[in-house]
Amino acid sequence: MKQEGYYDDFGGVFVPSLLSERFNQKGYYNEFGGAFVPEVLTATFDELNIAFDEAKKDPQFWKDYANILQNYSCRPTPLTFAENLTRHFGGASIYIKREDLNHTGAHKANNVLGQGLIVKRMGKQRVIAETGAGQHGVATATMAAKFGLDCTIYMGEVDVERQRPNVFWMERLGAEVIAVRDGTRILKDAINAAFRDWVTNMDTTHYVLGTACGPHPFPEMVSTFQSIIGFEARRQILSQVNQLPKRVYACVGGGSNALGIFLGFVNDPDVELIGVEAGGKGLNTGYHASRLCSEDASVGIAQGYKTFFLQNTDGQMRETHSVAAGLDYIGVSPILSSFHRSGRIHFTAATDTEVIDALTLAVQKEGLIPALESSHAFVQAFKDAPHLSKHDCIIINQSGRGDKDIFTIADAFDDPKWKSFIKEKAEAYHA
Amino acid sequence: MLESYIQHQRKQKDILLMTHIVVGYPSLDDCEKIVHEMVVSGVDIMELQIPFSEPIADGPVILRANQMALEEGITVADCFDFAKRMKQKYDIPFLYMTYANIMHKYGIHQFVSRMVQDGISGSIIPDLPPEEGMDYITTLKANSCSPIFIYAPTTSDERMSMLSQHGSGFIYCVARKGVTGAQTNFSNDLDTYLNRCRAATNLPIALGFGVKDRADIEFLTGKVDIAVIGTQTLKIVEDQGVTAVGPYIRDLR
Ligand SMILES: Cc1ncc(COP(=O)(O)O)c(C=O)c1O
Repeated sequence: MKQEGYYDDFGGVFVPSLLSERFNQKGYYNEFGGAFVPEVLTATFDELNIAFDEAKKDPQFWKDYANILQNYSCRPTPLTFAENLTRHFGGASIYIKREDLNHTGAHKANNVLGQGLIVKRMGKQRVIAETGAGQHGVATATMAAKFGLDCTIYMGEVDVERQRPNVFWMERLGAEVIAVRDGTRILKDAINAAFRDWVTNMDTTHYVLGTACGPHPFPEMVSTFQSIIGFEARRQILSQVNQLPKRVYACVGGGSNALGIFLGFVNDPDVELIGVEAGGKGLNTGYHASRLCSEDASVGIAQGYKTFFLQNTDGQMRETHSVAAGLDYIGVSPILSSFHRSGRIHFTAATDTEVIDALTLAVQKEGLIPALESSHAFVQAFKDAPHLSKHDCIIINQSGRGDKDIFTIADAFDDPKWKSFIKEKAEAYHA
Repeated sequence: MLESYIQHQRKQKDILLMTHIVVGYPSLDDCEKIVHEMVVSGVDIMELQIPFSEPIADGPVILRANQMALEEGITVADCFDFAKRMKQKYDIPFLYMTYANIMHKYGIHQFVSRMVQDGISGSIIPDLPPEEGMDYITTLKANSCSPIFIYAPTTSDERMSMLSQHGSGFIYCVARKGVTGAQTNFSNDLDTYLNRCRAATNLPIALGFGVKDRADIEFLTGKVDIAVIGTQTLKIVEDQGVTAVGPYIRDLR
């Protein structure tokens, strides 16, 4: 669905207006961010900073970016009016930004294709990435296949288990998937493992970080590429209903899909921005991944940047929990920490059970299958919608599609037909 | 001061030895025995690593030691008590090696006061470059403690002199790219790099990452002031037990 000129203002006008000097001083967002990197990587970060700065100023780069997102991924993604859900709740009109329709099934493609173009400019031949839900891993493996790059994906052993369909596809796409057995064996440990690879292989290799975290310039670079979501969503809602939304909802893992959509509206003071973190088994149980809306997090420095982390009083990172692998993470984008502190973005949490319920409702009422991660945003929107005026509209960012979660969701429903199918399959492999 | 100690020792020895332990691994008791073995076998400086849950600059062996120490319940307070006791028993300089968050969480000023009280000479924080650590640098220096900075083969000459200005005590040169624990090729390439390091600083220089036997130490003698043995002693402890540490160290030079 190529639309000539649709993105003309993106790289030249919109992006420079986002994280301008007013806000971003050498990778700091108020007191958060920075680049706490081992000496051996400082030259690599200098190289990346230069490459990204040059790309940002190059109109041809933004043309290439728009082109690949339109013709290879599926941009602009629609903003769907959820008529049945709106009627069901009887309050604000509910609109859903369809990042699930990106190629590879999540917003991750926006970032990965952008970084892929940077990799080409730097002339590196290999990419590595961490992945939690596996969506970023699949997107990176896909980009590597398309651009002819070698690819290694680090994934915590626990996540390899719970997101098996994505592991299958990464390997088919030619990536090497390494199951990380250190620490808590989830997303943070995959990030550490990717850094350890990078400090050895930086000459040939670029680390495609998958979220708006890590050392500068990653938070800025990733949120810049993701801001195409908000750039589109703002235009779409204005052209579809001729008004700005009352509220915008997004789930928050590292924070890339949330920043992606929120950055489209940060300069509209009347639009309330709501980030939904993983409430796991409940904020008072200790089994969650809520950094900004729980009392369990404090400011710290890890994985190369300063932000709110779930850590103990000694500064050791705590175990986290979420039904959604992509939200099951100790840290959060320094840019979000800054907006949290300033009060511009409000944060809440959704529990695992609420998430399954919201997902079920979205499937039944709209025929949409949001990822477990994205379903967190639906939970809070569903809580709020009935209390808002019929004249208001709200937007939910559906960051990805839920196909990858088939095993987890089948378990949650204790689906008897699925279970017997799996049993038969297993027996057939045994024979 | 650390630097004058190093210069003084160098008048008597061609090369100094610095060794490393992860506090609490395999246990605090074993650590105490290891420190004893090391000091009586002639180690000149010791690095005490305060374990951290996310040690991104460390390879598999030290990473696992960090994790196991934490699983055993080692706290920062335990590490301080241990360091204090070691300093009371053994008259060599002890340094902390840890990550930025441990110091940040404790509070830089409080952390440095503890160092001063307990007689710790300096610290190595691999994820705290001077750009992020001005407060750290000034606080340590104001208390006559040494912030020790790292050179890597990827560090430019210009950056080396910047690091030298901020550092004190000595410069820790890592022999190669990568994390702790992998093989290093002690060859002429290393000479070129070490010449660059030497030219960039007047501070003594130490070389670490991959140093493991007498041949490596012989190669380094005359080229650096201090050889750093890290992962190898952990491997010795794991494979042969604590009592093997003394003979291993004595055999190095
Ligand atoms: C579909 C989906 N949504 C959200 C996330 C969370 O990441 P972020 O907060 O960076 O958008 C993930 C991460 O894996 C994901 O796969």
